[in-house]
Amino acid sequence: VNWGQAIADAISLGALYGLVAVGIGLVFGVMRLINFAYGELITAGAYVLAYTSGWPAPLAILMCVAAVIALALAQERIAFRPLRRQGASPAAMLVATFAVSFLLQAIYLLAFGSRGQIVGTLGGLNTAFTIDGVDIRWIALVSTVTGAALLLATGALLNRTTIGLHVRAAAQDFRTARILGVRANRVIGLSFVVAGVLAAAVSVLYTVSNPLVQPQMGVPITIFALVGVVVGGLDRLWSAALGGFAVGFVYGMFGDLLSSQQSVYLPSVVYGAVILVLLVRPAGLFAPLRARQVERV
Amino acid sequence: MRRAVLELGAPVLLVAVTALVAGAVSQAHQLEFENALVMTAIVVALYVFVGNSGVISFGHVSFVAVGAYLAGVLTVDPQTKAFTMPGLFHVLGHSHIGTVPSLALAAAAGGIYALAVGLPLMRLSGLPAGIATFAVLGITYNVLYYWQKVGPTAQTLSDIPESGRWTLAAGTAVVVLAAYAYQRSRFGRMLRATREDPAAAGAAGISIYRQRLLGFTLSGALAGLAGGLYVHELGLITPDLFYLDLTFVTLAMLVFGGVGSIWGAVLGALVISAVNSFLGDAENTVHVGFRLTLPDGTRLVTIGAVMALVIILRPSGLTGGREFGWRRR
Repeated sequence: VNWGQAIADAISLGALYGLVAVGIGLVFGVMRLINFAYGELITAGAYVLAYTSGWPAPLAILMCVAAVIALALAQERIAFRPLRRQGASPAAMLVATFAVSFLLQAIYLLAFGSRGQIVGTLGGLNTAFTIDGVDIRWIALVSTVTGAALLLATGALLNRTTIGLHVRAAAQDFRTARILGVRANRVIGLSFVVAGVLAAAVSVLYTVSNPLVQPQMGVPITIFALVGVVVGGLDRLWSAALGGFAVGFVYGMFGDLLSSQQSVYLPSVVYGAVILVLLVRPAGLFAPLRARQVERV
Repeated sequence: MRRAVLELGAPVLLVAVTALVAGAVSQAHQLEFENALVMTAIVVALYVFVGNSGVISFGHVSFVAVGAYLAGVLTVDPQTKAFTMPGLFHVLGHSHIGTVPSLALAAAAGGIYALAVGLPLMRLSGLPAGIATFAVLGITYNVLYYWQKVGPTAQTLSDIPESGRWTLAAGTAVVVLAAYAYQRSRFGRMLRATREDPAAAGAAGISIYRQRLLGFTLSGALAGLAGGLYVHELGLITPDLFYLDLTFVTLAMLVFGGVGSIWGAVLGALVISAVNSFLGDAENTVHVGFRLTLPDGTRLVTIGAVMALVIILRPSGLTGGREFGWRRR
């Protein structure tokens, strides 16, 4: 067993899921909306990369980021804003994001076919370098560093800028924040833009190791990240990020270390652990001990 | 009294009409109509918990799956089973029962499973409840996919006796009746009180946990029954039938019709099924005054767009959460 490589891969996968978790958690914080169609942003970015494979990498990545931000804003403007205006129930909002996810997958299927497209933009990062006899792929290093940098940048944006202050105020209490002059559409728009940037980053990094892009590729990513977010704790970004990281890390470790024979019941074990965590700590594993409990009457 | 006749009569009548029409159309369309009946049963079963409690469940397809697998495995001829599924538990491998008893067992299994799952999980609400029920679905799917003692694993289970449209319609009507009876009972009212205002319901002496557990168990039993109907409709099953797609489609049907009423659940299931079926035809050319041929894949896009639009423009669904009635209340 190659422990060094397994750990490096697991950390980089954890960083990716951490990014997804922050993207989901950011929008949840402001809108109280779990965007199940988040994975479709990642898929969209991956398709852009697949169709710009011949372009210089920076240009392709720029296109990818622009397209994903546009789609994220379109999701907000077309689907979620009307719902918010009508004061729809959380269940209806959640199912609406399901519907958007389903619709986008159907559009991808119609437009790009079911066979899948190949991304070759940063394929060179799959080569490995060696430290102390341990082979580490460049992409593992790049993912980890990019993930950490983006998380820090998001944290700085939220904590060091005025608009970030507005976002945090809105996440704390949306109505009061609006009364005090925080502009709802700008704050929500910003959180979708940041979520879009994070999704685009995931598209770029994820497709290096998994270059095949298919209409449904975003679904398992969303599910895993969502599990991580809820297990980690939705109320704070860092606990959501940590939850996402933990899920990615565990998944990466087991994926590398267990043979396929041994790992058939692994999903059951993971889901069982999730249920256990939720029963013991419904507010999340990394939520502060005295945190306000989730609605429990 | 008149109100009860209307509220119960309208959905049951719609189910009966669907079954009636199913007999008057071609073989291929008959399958679509029968499928619509089964979807109605599943969505109404889902409504019993989600509609009355206001707590979303992503796990109900587990109960459908358990009912379907039990009803399927028990009605296949033991000699066939010895050949296709040698690893089965003894009692599953050697029993052979008729369709109706298999449906009753499917309902019992769904109910017991839901009770077992609900005992711990009904303490949760909101998103943790949603994710936890989803985790149950993940486990169920995983186990059905790999455990040879309970079924054919990833293989297709086939040679299951198929039921006629009237059996399916009767089963669906039973689900609707049970849902209505529960809704009008004091237990249904108590559960809806916890949905409207948990604090006030608690103050009035209602145990939220117990009422949710009761609703969840009944809902699971009905979902198990619906699963039994599903397997006798198709005649074959695989684990992939009982995972994300079915979960999404049934939830969307429920929200599309209106989460708050049986009428909404029935209407949502039937309308989406009808649109789906029509578009499937249109991909192979239909005559609607003119020849209409849609490119492959438009079906999914249109279904997705219709569902998204209705949910976005009218989050309370087609029926606005009201039961059938002449006057708008």
